[in-house]
Amino acid sequence: MNIALILIALGAILALVLGLAARRGHAMKLEEWTVGNRGFGTAFVFLLLAGEIYTTFTFLGASGYAYGLGAPSYYIIVYGTIGYVISYFMLPPIWRYARARHLVSQPDFFAAKFQSPGLGLLVAVVGIVALIPYLVLQFTGLGVIVEVASYGGIPKSVAIIIGAIVVTLYVVVSGIRGSAWTSVVKDFLIIIVAVFLGLYLPLHYHGGISAMFTEIDKAKPGFLSFAATGKSLAWFISTVVLTALGFFMWPHSFAACFSARNTDIFRRNAVLLPLYQLVLLFIFFVGFAAVLVVPGLHGAATNMALLKISVAAFPGWFVGIIGATGVLTALVPGSLIMMTAATLCARNLLAVVRPGQGDEQTALIAKCLVPVIGIVAVYFAIAGSSTIVALLLMGYAFVTQLFPALIASLLPRNPVTREGATAGILAGVAAVIYFTLSDTTLAKLLPGAPEFIRDLNIGTVALLVNIVAMAVVSAATFGRRTALTGEAAE
Amino acid sequence: MKYIGWLAIVPLIGMFLGPICHNASTPFILGMPFILGWIVVWIVITSAVMAVIYRLDPARGQADEEGPR
Repeated sequence: MNIALILIALGAILALVLGLAARRGHAMKLEEWTVGNRGFGTAFVFLLLAGEIYTTFTFLGASGYAYGLGAPSYYIIVYGTIGYVISYFMLPPIWRYARARHLVSQPDFFAAKFQSPGLGLLVAVVGIVALIPYLVLQFTGLGVIVEVASYGGIPKSVAIIIGAIVVTLYVVVSGIRGSAWTSVVKDFLIIIVAVFLGLYLPLHYHGGISAMFTEIDKAKPGFLSFAATGKSLAWFISTVVLTALGFFMWPHSFAACFSARNTDIFRRNAVLLPLYQLVLLFIFFVGFAAVLVVPGLHGAATNMALLKISVAAFPGWFVGIIGATGVLTALVPGSLIMMTAATLCARNLLAVVRPGQGDEQTALIAKCLVPVIGIVAVYFAIAGSSTIVALLLMGYAFVTQLFPALIASLLPRNPVTREGATAGILAGVAAVIYFTLSDTTLAKLLPGAPEFIRDLNIGTVALLVNIVAMAVVSAATFGRRTALTGEAAE
Repeated sequence: MKYIGWLAIVPLIGMFLGPICHNASTPFILGMPFILGWIVVWIVITSAVMAVIYRLDPARGQADEEGPR
């Protein structure tokens, strides 16, 4: 047994113990389990909202993106910043509305705002379809990290199964409190690891950060700025805007906001979180350091850049700490996703089909569904599946389709009807599916258009389709709505 | 609040203005290539602007009745 393996195991045990201990003194009723009885202060909400930035996807993906693409990777720190700016204005009204009505999920919110359980059902389906591949990705990342960091001592599949069992246990027992407590350790570890790696590796291999970038600039001209075509500036800006709009549309981030004690917490966090995510900068440095040190990784293998260079540069015990950190970056978002997906199924799918299902029953069903969701995700993570990869590409674009209807519902007089919102989301989702499966880009759609239009992220078109459908159908059904009820808008 | 909130647009525009006007790796800013350094500086400015907006926000500190109900 090597020392790395022991440290990784300790990381998993620590997560389990903390996750289970988080329950102490709280009866896990539905509102407690899902949103911590709306009692979380600035620190916990901060960590839950920041949790979204530091997942396995960013740990491996951000460094891999910097390694493989260079400048386009910067979109990752920009969209988060803009997402937090939006949150300052968007989250307080959402929170107030949700608290007054005891809402615990994102579909709850849509169903209440538009007085339409059917729309709630649609939002729940979109959410689940986006969440499951995201969970699979966390498990896949966990497997990769543990296998590499244990020097092959623990095979991927075993790591995934153990990780899934740990996270299932503490989600069922402690709900969102488990996620909040484990995220304290996760963020502490990732900051230390990221800052250390990001400073040490450039220094060790290149003599400093500035020297490293000078060398890269010389070896690969154009790598540190945007290309004239393809992943150009137009791609960058449109991608930043799209992902920023989708940032809080993930069902688990949306519902995590309900856990706040008051609205001031969101405002304070919107000031702090942009700075906090600068830690990602150090993850970029790791990716850049790997460019000249471990060249030759292509495609999906670029995600291995951080692990490859770490194994090459460090002794076993430190690789073990990186592995343990990797485990936590998978478990914390994984736990929120599992809990949210289970809540969506139990409350927004099942309860609609079986009217009269009380909160107590819903909580019980949701807890029983957590292991089921875990098993499904483990299966896909181990088996690997092209469907899941395709779904994952679509996930972010799916949840972004919820944005127009949500913003409309926050306006003083909501101009969008339930039919309009439903039509918009359906049309947007259909467009995303079509574009992804047919591999359509704007350059293919409009070959004659100027370059900055050809390079726009294709998601822009899906969002436009959504907004147009929403507007047209709303205009057609608006008169009927005002006749039926005067109180659709808050 | 109504008007001061629009201040939030400033850093969002500033962030993109650098790469739009000067899409190149040099000169370095804070030891980083131009575009990355520019973005980092503007992220810090974003945080400062949000702090100003928060200071001037009449809703600040007005704790909505706390607790679950």
